[in-house]
Amino acid sequence: MAQLSDLEYLKLSKGRRLGYKVGRFFAKIPQATLNAFQRIGGALKSGVTAIGREAKDIVTTFVNGDWKTKLSYLVMGFGCLARGQILRGLLFLLFEIVFIGYMILSGAYWLSMMPSLGKVGPTETYDEIYDAYVHTYNDNSFQILLYSVLTIFFIIAFIYTWRVNIRQNKEAERILAAGKRLKSSKEDLHSMVDESFHKTLLSLPLTGIIIFTVLPLIFMILVAFTNYDGAHDGYISNLFHWVGLDNFNTLFSWKSASGTQSYAATFGEILSWTLMWAFFATFTNYFLGMFVAMAINKKGIKGKKLWRTILVMTIAIPQFISLLYVSKMFAKDGIVNGALMSLGWIDKALPFWEDATWARVSVILINIWIGIPYLMLMATGILMNIPADLYESARIDGANPWQQYTKITLPYMLFITGPYLLTSFIGNINNFNVIFLLTGGAPTNPAASSASGSVGYTDLLITWLFKISTGAESKYYLASVIGIMVFVVVSIIALIVYNLLPSIKNEEDFQ
Amino acid sequence: MSESSMKRHMGLRASRTLGNTLIYILLITISAIWLIPFFCIVLQSFRVESTWQVGYVMPKVWGLDNYRKLFSSDFTRWYTNTFIISVFTALFQTVIVLCMSYTLSRFRFKMRKPLMRFMLILGFFPGMLTMIILYRVLKDLGLTQANAVPGLILVYIASSGMGYYVSKGFFDTIPKSLDEAARVDGATRFQVLKKIILPLSKPIVIYTVLTAFMGPWGDYVFARYISFGASAGMNVAVGLYNWLTPDQINNNYTMFCAGGVLVAIPVTLLFLFLQKYYVEGVTGGAVKG
Repeated sequence: MAQLSDLEYLKLSKGRRLGYKVGRFFAKIPQATLNAFQRIGGALKSGVTAIGREAKDIVTTFVNGDWKTKLSYLVMGFGCLARGQILRGLLFLLFEIVFIGYMILSGAYWLSMMPSLGKVGPTETYDEIYDAYVHTYNDNSFQILLYSVLTIFFIIAFIYTWRVNIRQNKEAERILAAGKRLKSSKEDLHSMVDESFHKTLLSLPLTGIIIFTVLPLIFMILVAFTNYDGAHDGYISNLFHWVGLDNFNTLFSWKSASGTQSYAATFGEILSWTLMWAFFATFTNYFLGMFVAMAINKKGIKGKKLWRTILVMTIAIPQFISLLYVSKMFAKDGIVNGALMSLGWIDKALPFWEDATWARVSVILINIWIGIPYLMLMATGILMNIPADLYESARIDGANPWQQYTKITLPYMLFITGPYLLTSFIGNINNFNVIFLLTGGAPTNPAASSASGSVGYTDLLITWLFKISTGAESKYYLASVIGIMVFVVVSIIALIVYNLLPSIKNEEDFQ
Repeated sequence: MSESSMKRHMGLRASRTLGNTLIYILLITISAIWLIPFFCIVLQSFRVESTWQVGYVMPKVWGLDNYRKLFSSDFTRWYTNTFIISVFTALFQTVIVLCMSYTLSRFRFKMRKPLMRFMLILGFFPGMLTMIILYRVLKDLGLTQANAVPGLILVYIASSGMGYYVSKGFFDTIPKSLDEAARVDGATRFQVLKKIILPLSKPIVIYTVLTAFMGPWGDYVFARYISFGASAGMNVAVGLYNWLTPDQINNNYTMFCAGGVLVAIPVTLLFLFLQKYYVEGVTGGAVKG
């Protein structure tokens, strides 16, 4: 849709303006996607040039450096030691010794096994004395993959440290040539609570994130290219090995075994429901939460604190209790059906969890019950920040409450909470708790179920992933492929929205 | 005042009163909808005549049987587990989150923006994916099933640095001129944190402790993975969930209600006292996105 000038836009009728805005939104999507790819390309290009620059610097430092610097290329920290920076020098040297020791003792073995992920699987021999089969466990694919990833991490860390070591030599030469003094070990230690305090503070959190999030994620991404599952656990049952893109082909092929639905069809169904769910869960909560906040904040309403406290208290109760309980309330033999029947309004239990459409609507409605208190709190904080004189002048100009809402409140809220809406949408795509605790994915989708464990009409990608990884067959490789697909979907949405949003990400503006 | 303007005034007032009445009705309805399930669960926990789920709320025979039975079941073990996990997680996670958010808010270093972007992208992966491998690694270390408590603490706190957004938003609001003034007077970065920022950060510290405590208190999925069927290592969420599975619900439904009440009481009380800080955290943090 072509862009209109301001004057042309103002000539449009109300309905047309809305249509124009929606049209513009979709018209912008290709450009936004293109921008995103351009950005990725730009980042890659600058990455390559940065590497080239580093390489050049390493060479020139070697050529121009003195013998202490030159020897540091081989013996890390030598330059520091020779120039009297004992602590730094020792740390560099220690790191090099540990690295070389590790590589010789085990790193080289893991890397050499990585292409095959283990050669000798578990064997079974008959022992005549005990009249029993004796199992011997040999290579361990799981450990091989895990330690190879660790070793690669370690190598990258070593290259980085080696580079730092060279840069420090260059720096030290420069400082000495200028006739200044180098930092002593004591000063180095002191800088840990001063100039380099951020490094000290970040060391613990980042170590945790790398070991418990980055490393496992890389491992799991690699698992998507293997056949790691319950029957191939890599040690006790069978070795697992690389299978290339087979698992992606499985997920995206429309072919299926006789009488069952293909994975691609199941995936498509679950993905569309996941997106539908995330959309409704996010926006119903958002607008109703805002509405409740406005009702409580309205002038002349008494007991603001009481209403707010009632809602806030429900946040405190752990979700697993409230969700499980509510799910049972709406069950066939639960309180809700019981009450409706004793009132005589219905004579047959309502199929809240037995019918696909009923179940989908019910989870969205119950999610409102879960989400409104939180949204109400947030909206209250933002609404109170809107300058009161805006409303005052709007009233004087004769704006009715609805106009005040659409012209002042809503734009302000959307502007402030744009990023929140995105994170909340992403959070809902991965909203395991509400779906799993309420329905567990039920009601079962008979067509999809035969293809891959028990799949239900309310299953999200994330609960499907959970079922696949914990089910009888424990298809970890498939779980991993689905996890990657969740990442792809979420990234696409995030990239597009970031490019469409007004630039409110500028954090310095708030300071 | 002329008669017509008087009338208009009255009309406005009448419509405002009407509007407010409607809002009161709405608020009362909302409060009722929000509270009814919790009343029901409390009432059903006192039901003695049957242990399965029924279509009425008021118990026909009242008694404390369900609570008594709880104390002779594994529930006490689950409760202790959950309590230990939550306390340790609250302590360590607070330290980690505050380190992370303070650094990202206050320091300007080269890797800052890339680091934040990296953690944002990392968050796009479903966190559950990592559990498959963490379970197996922890199992090799002997930290799963019956010994799940230390393993779970480790899992909860290790990656907690990624949840820095809300407290970073708080630190962003403390004027930087305070730091700079202290730096000019010769304070080290550490002294700035200890003597200037920390005393001002009470609200966000309490908010972080509170949320860090509540997370593991109600967590289901990680606890289910790590405890993997061993009752001794379960937390309340996993244990109580099993009581509602089709083969157990008829014996344990009312016990689930009683257990739910006991689980909800401490956090609700905690929340009641610390509500102010929680509200500040949510409202402040949300604005920052």
